Amino acid sequence: MHNPTHHTTSNTPCFHCGLPIPQGISFSTIIDEKAQPMCCPGCKAVASAIVAAGLQGYYRHRTGNPDRVQEALPEFLQEITIYDNPEVQKQFVVHEGDVSEASLILENIVCAACVWLTEKHLQQLPGIISASVNYSTGRARVRWDKTKIKLSKIIEAVAAIGYRAHPYDPNRQQALFERERSRYLKRLAVAGALGMQVMILAVALYGGEWWTIETRFKHFFQWLSLGLTLPIITYAAQPFFISAWRDLMRAHAGMDVPVTLGISIAFIASTWAIFTGKGDVYFDSVAMFVFFLLSARFLELAARKKSSETMEALTRITPLMATRITETGEEVVPVNELVINDSVLVRAGETVPIDGKLVEGRSSLDESLVTGESMPVTKDIGDMVIGGTINRESPVTLQVIQIGQDTVLATMMRLLDRAQAEKPTIALLTDRIAGHFVTAILLLAVVVAGYWWSRGSDQWLAITIALLVVTCPCALSLATPSAMSVVTGRLSALGLLTVRGHALETLARCTHFVFDKTGTLTQGELKLLKVHPFGEYHADQCLRIAAILEWQSEHPIAQALRNATAAPVTSIAADVINTPGSGMCGRVDGKYYAIGTPAFVKGKTGAGFDSNSLTALQNQGHSVVVLASNNEALAAFVLGDVMRKHTATVIQQLKLAGISCSVLSGDQQAAVRNVANILGIDKPVWEATPEDKLKYVQRLQQDGATVAMIGDGINDAPVMGAAHLSVAMGSGTQLATATADMILLGQHLTPLLQGRGLAQKALGIIKQNIAWALLYNAIALPLAALGYIAPWMAALGMSASSLVVIGNALRLRSLKT
Amino acid sequence: MEVIYILIPIALLIAIGAIALFFWAIKSGQFDDLEGPAHRILMDEDGIKEEHESDQ
Repeated sequence: MHNPTHHTTSNTPCFHCGLPIPQGISFSTIIDEKAQPMCCPGCKAVASAIVAAGLQGYYRHRTGNPDRVQEALPEFLQEITIYDNPEVQKQFVVHEGDVSEASLILENIVCAACVWLTEKHLQQLPGIISASVNYSTGRARVRWDKTKIKLSKIIEAVAAIGYRAHPYDPNRQQALFERERSRYLKRLAVAGALGMQVMILAVALYGGEWWTIETRFKHFFQWLSLGLTLPIITYAAQPFFISAWRDLMRAHAGMDVPVTLGISIAFIASTWAIFTGKGDVYFDSVAMFVFFLLSARFLELAARKKSSETMEALTRITPLMATRITETGEEVVPVNELVINDSVLVRAGETVPIDGKLVEGRSSLDESLVTGESMPVTKDIGDMVIGGTINRESPVTLQVIQIGQDTVLATMMRLLDRAQAEKPTIALLTDRIAGHFVTAILLLAVVVAGYWWSRGSDQWLAITIALLVVTCPCALSLATPSAMSVVTGRLSALGLLTVRGHALETLARCTHFVFDKTGTLTQGELKLLKVHPFGEYHADQCLRIAAILEWQSEHPIAQALRNATAAPVTSIAADVINTPGSGMCGRVDGKYYAIGTPAFVKGKTGAGFDSNSLTALQNQGHSVVVLASNNEALAAFVLGDVMRKHTATVIQQLKLAGISCSVLSGDQQAAVRNVANILGIDKPVWEATPEDKLKYVQRLQQDGATVAMIGDGINDAPVMGAAHLSVAMGSGTQLATATADMILLGQHLTPLLQGRGLAQKALGIIKQNIAWALLYNAIALPLAALGYIAPWMAALGMSASSLVVIGNALRLRSLKT
Repeated sequence: MEVIYILIPIALLIAIGAIALFFWAIKSGQFDDLEGPAHRILMDEDGIKEEHESDQ
C-alpha cells in the first residue's frame, strides 16, 4: 500500500486531545459554529457529547489537554451493568427511599474545567438530584433517583465525555480522618470564639488589679469567665484529656499529660479562687493555651490528611471485579467470590486481580508497583503472575493460585504492618523529659504549699498558684510545636510534606540516606536516550519510521519512541503484526520494516547487527531495540530510565555535609551500577528483595546510623517502615506514601536538601527555645517559691516567656534555605 | 456602668452566633474542598444560557 501524499498534511492537532492527526483521517465536530478537526472517532464522540450538552465552555476554560479518548468498549459498557446489582451496590451506595447516593472516583481530571464539565454534564441527566465534584480529591458525590436512572447509566454518561468513573468504597480510615478533621475545626471555633471573650474579660480583671475594680463587677467578670471557659475545657480540650488518660492508663507520661495537668490545675485553681474569693483567675491562659495547642494539632492533622488521600491508590491497585471464564462463557464477578483454580481473563490494560498461573496467551506485564522492576516482564504459559501488576499488551487467561490474605500483595502489607510496629522511639524522649519536668514541678508545688501553710501564711494558696502558673510548661510545650508548625508550612511550600510528628527532627539528625533507584533517583519511566543510525538513513528518519510502526502499541518502549519524535507523525503503518515481547513489523510508506529485539528483527528482515556494539550499549543497563528493512540494518535505539534533574548535585551536597549515601534497588546489576557510578555512590546494592532491603537498613541501624530511606513502590514499604525516616516520592507509586514520614511532591530531590537545612535550623531554634524556657523557669521558680511573685506577675511572665518562644520560632519563616 | 450587664450578653450572643454559623459551614461541607471554588468562580455559565437561547 503506497501512500503518495504523506508529506502534504495539515499540522492542525486534534481539537479535543491536542495530538497530531494522522494523514488520511478526517473527522470533525462543530464547536461554536466552527468545524474543528478530530483525530479519531473517540474524540469526535466525546466532543459531540460535550457540545450536545451545551458545555462547549469547557474548551475555552481548560488549561490541560485530556488523554486521547479510547472508544468506550462494548465490554466496558457491559461490565458496568454489574454496578446495578443491589448486592454489589451494598459496598458503596447509600439508599434513602428512592434516593441513592455514592462517591465516584474520576480518572483523567486534569484541570478545573474538567470538574466543571463533569459536574454540569451529570446535573443535566434526568434523575440526578445533585452532583458535585471535589477538585482536591477528584471525587464526585452523586445523588440520584433510582426509579429514574441507573448507576451504570451515570457511569456511562461520564464515559461519554471522556472520563472514567469508578464507584468508590470509602475506606474506613479515610472516613475517620474526615470526621476527625471537622471535629477539630469545631473545637478550634469554640476555643477561639469563647477564648477571645475570656481575654476581653481578663484585660478588665488585670486592669482592675492596678486601678481597682468594683467587687460586683469583678465577681461578674469572674463568673462569666468561668462559664465561658467551661465549654473550652469540656468540649474543645477533650482530645488532650482523652489522650492523657490513655497515657496514664499505660503508665507513661506522654506529651498530653503535662498539657492536661497544666489546663486542669489552672482551671481548678481559678474556680477555687472564685468560690473562696481569694486569689486570681487564669481562665484566659487556659483558653489561649487550648486554642494554640488545638491549632498545632489541626495543622499536623491537615498535613496527614493530604497524604491519606493517596491511600486511595491502595484500594485501587487491585480491581474489585474480575472476568471469570466458565463453561458457559465469561461473567463479571466480584474478586472476593473467586476461588482457587478458577479461570480469569485479564485484558490488555487491566490490572491482575489475584496471583495466578498463566494458562493461555502471552503478554508483557508491568510489575513496577509490586517488584519495583522498571521494565515490563514478558510472561508465557506456565509463568506466575502477581496480583496488582498491569497487563500491558494482549489478553491472557490465568488460573487462580492464591487469593485473599495469601497473595503477594497482602503479604507485603503484613510485612509493612510489622515494620511499622517497630518504629524507633526517638520522638518519645522529649515527651518523657517534659513529663519528668511536670512531675518535678508538681512535687515542688506540694512542698512549697506545705511549707507556707505550716508557717501559717494566708498567702500559701496564692504562692502555690503563682508557682504553678509561672512554671506552667507553656513555653516548654510551645518550644517545639511552634517551630515545627512554621517549618512544616515552609517545607510544604517547597514540596516536602511532613506527615509524622518526628519527621523534622529525624531529618535534621540523619547520618545515612538510602535511596531506591527506580522512580527515586531516576524518573521511573523509559526515555529514548540515543539513536545509532547504521545505514544511510538519518536518525530523525529512523525515529519517524519507528514511531509510525509503534503508533498503536501501548508498550512503554513504543510510548518512549512516540514521545521522542519531534516531527508530527503523518502516516499510518499498514499490515502491522505485533509479537508481544519481541517487536512489531509492518509497512510504512509502502516499505517493509521490523522493529524490536535484535533476534526478532534479524528473523523478520535478515539484517545482521554488530553484536559487540549492541552488548556495549546494553551493559549500561539500557534497553536496545533495533530497526531494519529488508536485509538492511537501519538503526539501534537506546532506551533507559533518565536520572531526575539535580540528583547529582543533591548527592554531592549531602556527601559534603558528611552524610553517607547508598543505593538499594530491586533492579538489575548493570542499571544500578550505572546510576551509582554517575552519582558517585559507593557500594550500590542490586537485585534486592524487600527482605534484603529491610535487613540492609537494620544492619546500618545496628551500627548506630540514623537512616533516612527515600523510595517509592510497595516493595519499599517494609524497609520504609523500619528506617528512622521514610520519604516517599509522591509522584511515584502512591502506595508507599501511606507509610512514609515525609512525602516529596515535586519531580526532583532538591527539596530534600533544603528541607534538611531548614530542619536543622528548626532544631537549633527549638534548642534555643528550650534553653530559654528552662532559664526562665530557673529564675522564676525560686522567686515564686519564696513568695516574691504575685499571681498577676506570674501570668504576665508566663505569657511573655511564651511570646518570646513563638517570636523566635517565627524567625524561621524568613530564614533562607 | 450598669450598661455592661446588657452589652456583655449581646457580645456573648454574637460569639455564640459566630460559632453556630461556623458549625453550620462545617456541616454543609464548606471546608471539604478548599481549592475548587477558587477555580469555579472563573467558569462563566452565561455561555450555556446564550447557547440555549440561540437554539430556540
